[in-house]
Amino acid sequence: MSALAYTVTDSATMLRRNLTHQLRYPSVTLMLVGMPIVFLLLFVYVFGGQLGAGLGAHPHGDRTAYLTYVVPGILIMTVASAALGTALSVAMDMTEGIIDRFRTMAIARGAVLTGHVVGSLIQTIIGLAIVLGVALAIGYRPTAGPLAWLAAVGVLLLFALSLVCLSAALGLAAKSVETASNTPMFLTLLPLLSSGFVPTSTMPGGLRQFAEYQPFTPVTQTVRGLLTGTPTGTHAIAAIAWSVGIAAASYFWAIRLYNRRRAADPK
Amino acid sequence: MTSGPTTPAILARRVDKSFGEHRVLDQVDLTVAEGTIFSLLGPNGAGKTTMVRILSTLIPADAGEIGVAGHDVQTEAAGVRAAIGVTGQFSAVDNLLTGAENLRLMADLRHLGRDNGRRRVTDLLERFDLADAADKPLSTYSGGMRRRLDLAMTLVGDPRLIFLDEPTSGLDPRSRRTMWQIIGELVADGVTIFLTTQYLDEADRLADRIAVLDNGRIVAEGTPAELKRRIPGGHVELQFADPVALRQAAALLDVALPEDDKLALQVPGDGTLASLRGLLARLDDARVEVEDLSIHAPDLDDVFFAVTGRSTAQPTTEEALAR
Repeated sequence: MSALAYTVTDSATMLRRNLTHQLRYPSVTLMLVGMPIVFLLLFVYVFGGQLGAGLGAHPHGDRTAYLTYVVPGILIMTVASAALGTALSVAMDMTEGIIDRFRTMAIARGAVLTGHVVGSLIQTIIGLAIVLGVALAIGYRPTAGPLAWLAAVGVLLLFALSLVCLSAALGLAAKSVETASNTPMFLTLLPLLSSGFVPTSTMPGGLRQFAEYQPFTPVTQTVRGLLTGTPTGTHAIAAIAWSVGIAAASYFWAIRLYNRRRAADPK
Repeated sequence: MTSGPTTPAILARRVDKSFGEHRVLDQVDLTVAEGTIFSLLGPNGAGKTTMVRILSTLIPADAGEIGVAGHDVQTEAAGVRAAIGVTGQFSAVDNLLTGAENLRLMADLRHLGRDNGRRRVTDLLERFDLADAADKPLSTYSGGMRRRLDLAMTLVGDPRLIFLDEPTSGLDPRSRRTMWQIIGELVADGVTIFLTTQYLDEADRLADRIAVLDNGRIVAEGTPAELKRRIPGGHVELQFADPVALRQAAALLDVALPEDDKLALQVPGDGTLASLRGLLARLDDARVEVEDLSIHAPDLDDVFFAVTGRSTAQPTTEEALAR
């Protein structure tokens, strides 16, 4: 077999391992998916009536207007939340002796990390499906056609890839599992400081500038545009550029950390 | 470096390693012949684990030339990794999987193929007495079972050179014996084993050659018999019923009286039957009554005292630093 074929089989083996972990301990997945669902219900039913009124007239009322507005933000939050799990599972792996075993075996370079990244992406897809299911159940009716849907899913997954890579690197950089579960927390805060929940135009000066220029806003605007059939403008280009940039930088950082890191310090 | 029948399994020359200011390995030379058991013996903090980690490509040495299984550890790490198996001091198992899943993971990573891999997993589960627990999560495994699974995982790829870093520390006596038996069987198959241990009896029982590591330096090396010849620690302890008999025996055998109040004498000797017979005959002839007798084989403490002039009980600087 060629080196590439080994990379693929070894990565698939590692992916199978991570999926078995997820299946055997579904509580982590449920927790990561639960958070965006709580936010969805909270924002639509508690704040939605008031927030929707600020969005302008809507034929089905203020709450429905806000539901349509917030779902893309919630989907982005699902992506961010699922990425938290990557840091946790990578950091847990690094504290276990098994990683030392992997490093003394002739395993294709990067297979361990690829297994984690692809495993997390699959977890993200499941999360997105569940959250979208809940949104549809409470009355979300997007107007997008199949092509727009496909594009929206593509943008979401590309962004998921970038956050998962970043989270994997943070998990490797963390000195302990506790640190690893805390450092990526800012990822779940950023959707709130973007156009995900309210239009950036309603924010005060400094915050508004931050919200407009941080990566979550162009990604949210692109997904929102695709799902509601409104133009995405330059947001789509910014969203893709941010995603590719974060993914590439994080991937190389993670590989560097993985090759350098010692699982347990020698006695 | 090329692989051939004359190439040793491990050849290390002038290996240095420091962590920060502290020198952990200092000009270490090692040669391990193929198909033998080599034991690196030393107290905690001597640098044994560091040596294993360097030889198994986990961490680089600061200086020195190291060939393992005919490959340079620095420039041909992949070649080394394909030939070796490592069972470290800390269990290297996936705690979230079952025993069988752990072994299957190894079979997949060694690219054994579906049928071949399955057969190997079944064989190893049987051989290591884990078949009943194969589908149970590792949280239900005992320490001995984990260690056996750990070793079984190492063996999945049929490595020709196996590193065992303190394979029996923390095990109960029965599990220790099982482990020794397994190691013996491996060597019978022609596998080379690099074993680290703190126990002289373990090295003595298993190893063809022993190197004693102390504070990062090799302080003695040889076959177990050669090493023991250098150790004056073996003695026979004689217990007497009263101080009179004690003094008579001490004078007769020309040994020092004990410094404490015990009525016991330590007579140097290796405890062979012939030497015991001679000793008892002399005491009998002088009509000195011996109440009790015990034979003390030299232990690691004696080796250390003989080659370093201090006991293992004193912590080394590395241990003191680690605290």
